[in-house]
Amino acid sequence: MAMKSETGKTGRLYRLSVWSVRRMANALPVLAVLAAIVVLWYAGSVAMNAKWAYAQAERAGETLSLSQLIADTQSQNRPRLPPPHQVFAELWDSTVEKKITSKRSLVYHGWVTLSATFQGFALGVSVGILMAVGIVCSRTLEMSLMPWAIISQTVPVVAIAPMIIVLSNSLGIDGRATPKAIISAYLCFFPVLVGMTKGLRSPDRMQLDLLKTYGASGAATFRKLRLPGSVPYLFTSLKVGIAAALVGTVVGELPTGAIQGLGARILIGDQFGNPMQIWAALFAAAILAGGLVTLIGAIQTLVLRRMGMEQ
Amino acid sequence: MNILGQNAVIDAKNLCLTFQTADGPVHALKDVSLKIGKGEFVSFIGPSGCGKTTLLRAIAALEEPTGGSLTVNGMTPDEARRNRAYGYVFQAAGLYPWRTIAGNVKLPLEIMGFDRAEQERRVENVLELVELQGFGKKFPWQLSGGMQQRASIARALAFDADILLMDEPFGALDEIVRDHLNEQLLALWARTGKTIGFVTHSIPEAVYLSTRIVVMSPRPGRIADVIDSPLPAERPLGIRDTAEFIDIAHRVREGLRAGHGHEV
Amino acid sequence: MTGLWGLWAAVAFWVVAWALNVRLANSAYRQARAVRIGVPVLFGVAILVLWEGIVTGFGVSPVILPAPSAIAAKFAASTETLWLDFSQTVLKGALSGFLIGAGAAFATALAVDRSPFLQRGLLPIGNFVAALPIVGIAPILVNWFGFDWQSKAAVVVAMVFFPILVNTVQGLKEAGRMQLDLMRTYAASYPQTLLKLRLPAAMPFIFNGLRVATTLALIGAIVAEYFGSPTRGMGFRISTEVGRLGLDMVWAEITVAALAGSVFYGLVAMLEKRVAFWHPSQRE
Repeated sequence: MAMKSETGKTGRLYRLSVWSVRRMANALPVLAVLAAIVVLWYAGSVAMNAKWAYAQAERAGETLSLSQLIADTQSQNRPRLPPPHQVFAELWDSTVEKKITSKRSLVYHGWVTLSATFQGFALGVSVGILMAVGIVCSRTLEMSLMPWAIISQTVPVVAIAPMIIVLSNSLGIDGRATPKAIISAYLCFFPVLVGMTKGLRSPDRMQLDLLKTYGASGAATFRKLRLPGSVPYLFTSLKVGIAAALVGTVVGELPTGAIQGLGARILIGDQFGNPMQIWAALFAAAILAGGLVTLIGAIQTLVLRRMGMEQ
Repeated sequence: MNILGQNAVIDAKNLCLTFQTADGPVHALKDVSLKIGKGEFVSFIGPSGCGKTTLLRAIAALEEPTGGSLTVNGMTPDEARRNRAYGYVFQAAGLYPWRTIAGNVKLPLEIMGFDRAEQERRVENVLELVELQGFGKKFPWQLSGGMQQRASIARALAFDADILLMDEPFGALDEIVRDHLNEQLLALWARTGKTIGFVTHSIPEAVYLSTRIVVMSPRPGRIADVIDSPLPAERPLGIRDTAEFIDIAHRVREGLRAGHGHEV
Repeated sequence: MTGLWGLWAAVAFWVVAWALNVRLANSAYRQARAVRIGVPVLFGVAILVLWEGIVTGFGVSPVILPAPSAIAAKFAASTETLWLDFSQTVLKGALSGFLIGAGAAFATALAVDRSPFLQRGLLPIGNFVAALPIVGIAPILVNWFGFDWQSKAAVVVAMVFFPILVNTVQGLKEAGRMQLDLMRTYAASYPQTLLKLRLPAAMPFIFNGLRVATTLALIGAIVAEYFGSPTRGMGFRISTEVGRLGLDMVWAEITVAALAGSVFYGLVAMLEKRVAFWHPSQRE
């Protein structure tokens, strides 16, 4: 008995160490590639900012040693390519150091973008699911709608973005959130539509025939079989959809003269020649995207586990 | 036994092969010694995990033995592989869907650098050998499972290696198709005189096809028994109802059962 | 009053078209090519007619929503400008960027092909970056490469690179264990295995990336123009015409963008049908 629990323990320890080794083995390459990117970035920042440093030195009638040159390229006020530490200093400064109510706080602008993303996501997901249900239920709808849904995605949204803003303004819809949400929904509904259609169609002949032998109605088949069967597909497409919704929101903020949101920070950073601000906003958007996809992933795990469908 | 050590085509002595896995080492093969002579049809049979596929893969240099010695045509398995000493048929046909049947059979010939006219000639030849003439222009997905597997045998025959290694080639097919292919395979073996190593988990298939049946048992994978078949070279399907056939099948089954005894 | 009659006519047309579509979609001919194309076309036409009917029927100001007929008239009247914008944005910016980006992604995928370590590092990062709003980099690249098409191409390169890279790397892993073993039994060399097995097997994945990239390419080229461009280009035209309330011209440009996007996508899809014809998703 004692022996057995002993081997059980070492076995567990062994498995645990195998598990952590595997984790390490997964993380190591990612860290290595990240490190390579950072190195390349620093090298690039030296190369791209050198011209300005030389020009400055020449104006002052000085010559630059290599170490002076490098030091200068890493600390310019308006570098062509800010090195990572400058970007992160800006990121730190505009998130932690600023009050979140401040117009200069990235947390504030991130929130503006986030809320528009959620609105667009909700709208896009609803439209996507409704269309999928319609398509699965009606052959006419499928044949009429599906080709146009595909074509809609080949149309560059940005071309439509200014239009949507003009339209919603003249229809008396105030504020910038609604047009942004519409653009965001435009990008987000398609993956949901495709995934949901696939999911609703995922039950096979045999499962459908079984319900037929029970004399189940169409509605019952839909509720008991098609809907639960579609959940894993839905979540997979939700992860794509939320990232697309964020892209849509930022795109919606870019060309439209918005003054709030991460896209607007990029716009304003461009107008005032402040590259650090652009880069910080880009990174904030990246962090937001990562967080959102992780969030959906966590909900997916939770829901699928409750439904007993985890892979 | 009529095989002399010197002209054995495949010669394994005390062959060991251990896999390192997360749950500790797995002894796939332990002290396997076996000689296969030219022109023999040897079947490997046993329950899953007995190492029959591993042995075949070791002969093909797809696995690295961890002990003992193994030669193929007097060379190391890897040298034999580089010399294109054998054709290998897998459990699934594994034809390339982007190539026609003829294109698939041509694949090894292209890789081995045969000239174009020779490629065409050989493709035609082997397709006839497996009774697929006229299907060369079809794509794999347009053919039945049995036809696909025949095409994959043609692919293994195309470059005319002396050895044919087959890993449960008919395992996924239904019994009627399987019977037919077994018959064809025997005819093909008679015509070409190739040395064949054949992995299966079907007792009738092993007895029907082989000159020798190697019964293997698991944990660790080893040879439990080697049974010489006294059946004549000419084997109509009806031979499976003869007392002789049933007797050999019985011996194979006994060997399998004895092998399992170690486990309990 | 005539306007309202027009509206009713449009609604009637819509109802008739929908009824026809229902009949067609549930008829015995629903698999026929003509029906499969005809039904969505009829649906599209019905929407245009409805749009026309609503705009004329309610007398919607052209500053808010021009009628399709007005857009068509504007389109016909300004083909020269539209072509100039099209060649600046699509041919010079999007297409060259698409080709450079796809080429670079493909080359990178091949370069890391022999290092599973780099692949395992690159895949998650590439997947992550592919989901980011990379368009945001447009002002920076316009700043670096100037106002002309080169900066647009650079934005497009940045946008299409990662989706194609990730798909190609993933695709090159597609060849199964057994297929690779088969190549080994032939003693095939690395380039032979790559050329005869792994690249063909990767094609459906590569085209997946290329299809996504077509849309991204147009988005990138147009957005980049909002941050500075010569006095031509679709993005430039749209932003200036919106400012002047020349909405018919904006819609004409949108039509060009839609056509360009669909044709571009269609071309890639056609090429895919020829190259990856064997994949189950391409067979019917």
